[in-house]
Amino acid sequence: MDQLRAIRARGITKCFGNVVALDGIDLDVTQGQIHGLVGPNGAGKTTLLGLLLGLAAADSGRLEILGTPVGRALAAPDGVAGFVDGPGLYPSLTARQNLAALAALRGRDTRTAGIDDVLDQVGLTDVADDRARGFSLGMRQRLGLAAALLTQPRLLVLDEPSNGLDPAGKKHVHGVLTRLAADGTSVVLSSHRMDDLQALCSEVTIIATGRVVFSGPLSKLAAENRELDYRLLTSDPQAARRLAADTAGIRIVDDAGTQHDAEVLVVRALVPALDDLVVQLVRAGVALRELAPVVSPLEAAFLALTEQQEAGR
Amino acid sequence: MTATVTVDNVAAARPVSVPRGYRFELVKLVSQWRIRLLVLACWIAPALFVAAVSRQSTLPSDTLFGRWMHATGWAGPLVMLGFAGTWALPLLTSVVAGDVFACEDRLGTWRHLLVAVRSPRRIFVAKALASLTVILLLVAGLACSSTAGGVVAVGDQPLVGLDGHLLAPADAAVKVLLAWVCVLAPTLALAGIGLLGSVTLGRSPMGLLLPALVALAMQLAQMMPLPAAVRLALPSYAFIAWNGLFTSPAQLGPLLIGIVVSLLWAVTATVLAYVLFVRRDFTNLTYDGAGRRAVTAGVLPLAGLVAVTVGVVATTTGATGSGIEQDKVQRSLATAFAHLYRLQTQQLNRPAVTETQLKATATCDKGSVRVAAEGPGNDWRCVVSWHLPGVEATGRAIYQLDVTPDGRFMADGDGPKEVNGYFLVRTPAGDAPNPLWQFDGNVELLAASKG
Repeated sequence: MDQLRAIRARGITKCFGNVVALDGIDLDVTQGQIHGLVGPNGAGKTTLLGLLLGLAAADSGRLEILGTPVGRALAAPDGVAGFVDGPGLYPSLTARQNLAALAALRGRDTRTAGIDDVLDQVGLTDVADDRARGFSLGMRQRLGLAAALLTQPRLLVLDEPSNGLDPAGKKHVHGVLTRLAADGTSVVLSSHRMDDLQALCSEVTIIATGRVVFSGPLSKLAAENRELDYRLLTSDPQAARRLAADTAGIRIVDDAGTQHDAEVLVVRALVPALDDLVVQLVRAGVALRELAPVVSPLEAAFLALTEQQEAGR
Repeated sequence: MTATVTVDNVAAARPVSVPRGYRFELVKLVSQWRIRLLVLACWIAPALFVAAVSRQSTLPSDTLFGRWMHATGWAGPLVMLGFAGTWALPLLTSVVAGDVFACEDRLGTWRHLLVAVRSPRRIFVAKALASLTVILLLVAGLACSSTAGGVVAVGDQPLVGLDGHLLAPADAAVKVLLAWVCVLAPTLALAGIGLLGSVTLGRSPMGLLLPALVALAMQLAQMMPLPAAVRLALPSYAFIAWNGLFTSPAQLGPLLIGIVVSLLWAVTATVLAYVLFVRRDFTNLTYDGAGRRAVTAGVLPLAGLVAVTVGVVATTTGATGSGIEQDKVQRSLATAFAHLYRLQTQQLNRPAVTETQLKATATCDKGSVRVAAEGPGNDWRCVVSWHLPGVEATGRAIYQLDVTPDGRFMADGDGPKEVNGYFLVRTPAGDAPNPLWQFDGNVELLAASKG
């Protein structure tokens, strides 16, 4: 069973002086899985990713990567690649030279290292001979991913890989990660973008103040029974507001943080109460033109869990 | 929770070898436009400078060997060496060694580099070796280019040494090469300081400027009337101690001390940089230099090294004063005068005479009679006496000496006009520079005052 596990972390603790960055973290990532790591700023995501990449050693706990235990010594096991806090690129080198220098560092022949192939995978073939100095953030992210791919990793660790990506770049990156996972490579990525996580990850771990507050499949997270804010656009906003006020389990949210629009009604409710409201609206002859959660169920779950953790400190 | 951490190194992959890391660092260094410009400048500019100055009517006579740039091509690389020790080498080491670690902070590439190389120790070694290679390339450029410029523009004539004796072209070539090799030691000391600054000061521009600032501070110290032991205990003395190669016999004591002190500084600063680097926490995103630790772990050990070397030099050499004493000044001036008198004799096509026959002596005083004749200053006044075979009368010539605290002096002839009072002499081939009018000399700070 463990042979299929890319990461197995138990009770990982890491402190910086008096600051506890990670407090007894458990993490399991199976082979071929894309695992999302989510948490508010300062939650400890980057520290955890740094441990996986061998940039730091845990103060206590047990960490196994690709089936082998990791000790206090820095440096990750073979087969691990990725980046934290943005990809490291040398602006005076071209994209190709950056990759060639890395390949040479690993003792590989730059002609057979697959540089053109990885550049093609991330969609940077056209700018392969341009200096990285002029690259946008999205291009830098893709080149960073290409650098990681060059090592043919079995575990890919990426910190905010979608930052700065345009839709085309995002498509490239998502395609690459999905293909890698299909081929058996495990991917751990952190992101603040729930749409990315929904599109890519089969499981997520939510960290808040150095502790795991949720770990499991996305479907389980989204299905957690909690009230959400919904945005309703109807043919008769006044009537809709009256009906909402009269429906049990519905609360009208006047301060929803959204742009003020008199035509829009924002209500907070569980799904059954919302269903009742919709039935009432239809019976009253009020046309329902739009009904959508203000934030996605996943994001709402994330906010609820992390706010609970913050409040409990 | 099980608070255990597994055995070290169980799973760590093999780090990248030092030669590969070294090559990687070299690629990064030479891809920077400023490094390329520096390499080009160091290999081209000195030749152009030396060739241009050598063809000018006015020579940089305030620079050691500058007054001989018309006479021989071997003076050019020595003029360049003097300039390099003062300005070029501190600045070059600043740009290369002072930035080799800080650039990773600036670019935010440390984590990337660590993941790729997997060993902070090897990263340090590779970076130190790569910066050393580039610095050596730059120094070699300065030396080769200035030599080529001098020899091509002026020719391969004998060089007048610092005590007036003539060095055959082959000897001059060897000594010029040795002089450039000797300044590698203080250059390495500055490079070590550059590595230390680059590691401890992170993105701060102070890290980049540190070798230049330290060199400037040491040059200022060399201009102060410090005891000879303190002077020799600073690595910057090796930037001027090569002067001793151009006397006969060579003044090797200060040179060897300067080299040893410089190498001690190089090793100490590099080891300190290494220790600070391998202890750095690379996951700390707010890290921007070692801050206060730089003072305790960087400055204090080097200050301690100065104290120890001052003590050792003072104890082993007995050099407690300025090292510039009346006897030594007189001896040095008389020796240089005798050698240069022979040169003037040849120029004027007079019968040859040897230094032994001349029996030149000098009598020097400094300032008023109430002041002891020792220490640097421009108020040294000397009378040189000599004898010519078959001539009863004793020749006498007056010199004003400006003696700098590092032992170098410039003798300015004050008459009689036929000997040293005029800058030209009338030779059968026309007017020529008078070698006895003004000349440079050197007082060995460590030599015993009674010879």
